[in-house]
Amino acid sequence: MKITVKDVEHVALLARLDLTEQDKEKYTQSLNAILEYMEKLNQIDTSNVEPTAHVLPLKNVFREDKLHRTMDKELVLANAPEEEDGCFKVPRIV
Amino acid sequence: MDLYKKTAHELSSLLQKREVSSEELTRSVLDRINKVEEKVKAFVTVTGEQALEQAREIDEKRARGEAMSPLAGIPMAMKDNICTKGVTTTCASKILYNFVPPYNATVTEKLLEAGTILLGKCNMDEFAMGSSNENSGFFPTRNPHDLSAVPGGSSGGAAAAVAADEAVFTLGSDTGGSIRQPAAFCGVVGLKPTYGYVPRYGLIAYASSLDQIGPLTKDITDCALVLNVIAGHDPKDSTSAPVEVPDFTRYLVDDVKGLKIGIPKEYMGEGIDPRIAAYLKQAAAKLEELGAVCEEVSLPHTEYALPAYYIIASAEASSNLARYDGVRYGLRVEAEDVISMFCKTRSQGFGEEVKRRIMLGTYALSSGYYDAYYLKALKVRTLIKRDFDQAFLKYDCLLTPTSPTTAFKFGEKVNDPLAMYLSDVCTIPINLAGVPGLSLPFGTVEGLPVGIQFIGKPFGEGTLLRVGYALEQNTDLTKPKAQMEGVI
Repeated sequence: MKITVKDVEHVALLARLDLTEQDKEKYTQSLNAILEYMEKLNQIDTSNVEPTAHVLPLKNVFREDKLHRTMDKELVLANAPEEEDGCFKVPRIV
Repeated sequence: MDLYKKTAHELSSLLQKREVSSEELTRSVLDRINKVEEKVKAFVTVTGEQALEQAREIDEKRARGEAMSPLAGIPMAMKDNICTKGVTTTCASKILYNFVPPYNATVTEKLLEAGTILLGKCNMDEFAMGSSNENSGFFPTRNPHDLSAVPGGSSGGAAAAVAADEAVFTLGSDTGGSIRQPAAFCGVVGLKPTYGYVPRYGLIAYASSLDQIGPLTKDITDCALVLNVIAGHDPKDSTSAPVEVPDFTRYLVDDVKGLKIGIPKEYMGEGIDPRIAAYLKQAAAKLEELGAVCEEVSLPHTEYALPAYYIIASAEASSNLARYDGVRYGLRVEAEDVISMFCKTRSQGFGEEVKRRIMLGTYALSSGYYDAYYLKALKVRTLIKRDFDQAFLKYDCLLTPTSPTTAFKFGEKVNDPLAMYLSDVCTIPINLAGVPGLSLPFGTVEGLPVGIQFIGKPFGEGTLLRVGYALEQNTDLTKPKAQMEGVI
């Protein structure tokens, strides 16, 4: 499955990355080389194999539904590039 | 007395006998950092004043006769993707250059409670993506054995700091070999524990089903001491394994009689430097001389581990790194609207390799390709895990090289992602299976350290420490340091 510059543009959009024309060419080349290597996986038949997403036999972990003290708002906002009235501030959305 | 050269257990004994103070020891290591850091560049942040203050507090507690852990007063450092309250944690990325965590990772909390002294944060490949430290968003770290060679990655700063005596021990993280490969390149001990054994709470995520925190130390005894502090169940980490943790120092016995060790033939073939393969045979011969039984074994799906790993890791990374958008922390590049702000921030904040993996992961998870890539890789992961399960029915542990080569030169592989990925070929299957892996220095080739890797059953760290300790006690090949004199 060869990927094209158009595919790279689409993936970059999904991943919220701006790419220059030069970047697009470069990533198309390197991703194709990597994906070609990944084709190796098609050499083995996995039709009767269950996928392993996680190596531990863990089920969902629940905690008691109890109120806990949360982190102070000032502390949470201390790393914010911009804040106003106790909220994270971003450029206009609509 | 060059205190900075000593191991944690040697220093612990001196501290307990009050022959040195923690302040004296911390000053010795900080002086060492001042002396060699310009050449090695192992640290992103050094917290000298804070460290001295902590050391004085520990000395006062000791003077009051308070009970102390064996690591109390020992100066250490952490990879810069492990959160430290009030100390910048950057992941060596421009996108997090100014992030100051408001909380400690569980491992940070545990080590501080044990009285260790935080010297600072170690350089790494950005977001732990890389095998050479050349992908750091700030500057590359150099190998203390040869400044023109890479220290390995992604915990290259953490490994170099221990090798150069700029910290008594460090913590790194290992997603596909990021503790063990730099440990091998820099000639130190590195352990990737069983997945779930060490809490990941506060570790900045790269690939959550593979990431694991572990120690980089000067010897096996130190490795056991650090593991004693950091391992154990953590209710804050939903993937933490609810298992009992033994006292790992119990395994420090010079005895491997009757131990069955498998040597997977797939790790000894093409691509492995024959001089490294020869050291591996020498290690096996020594273990047999000590009473172990070494036999060839096959892990037939090994060759599929690398492609499966890069699909799974990139897919998880594309999801984990979606949070860096310039809203709540880190870099923000101003723009007219919010979507442009996300795009500009991420494009300027992430480096080339991180963007490549985000795009690879996004592609593998996207509609139409999910089954062909991601699901296929998860199924291959099952086969790789089965190979290990099968081998461990017969063997107590496995022995392989840690890396196919010794440390390579700067620039040698940086423009060829596939060549770079291949340098982790011996370590990656271990993360996919979730089992533990220990890299032990074993000889040198042209002045550069060689690492051999022991792979254990799940939660079988004790056996790995036992074989490592036996080799340390019975050969000088596990101490490659003498070669470093005159380089830094």
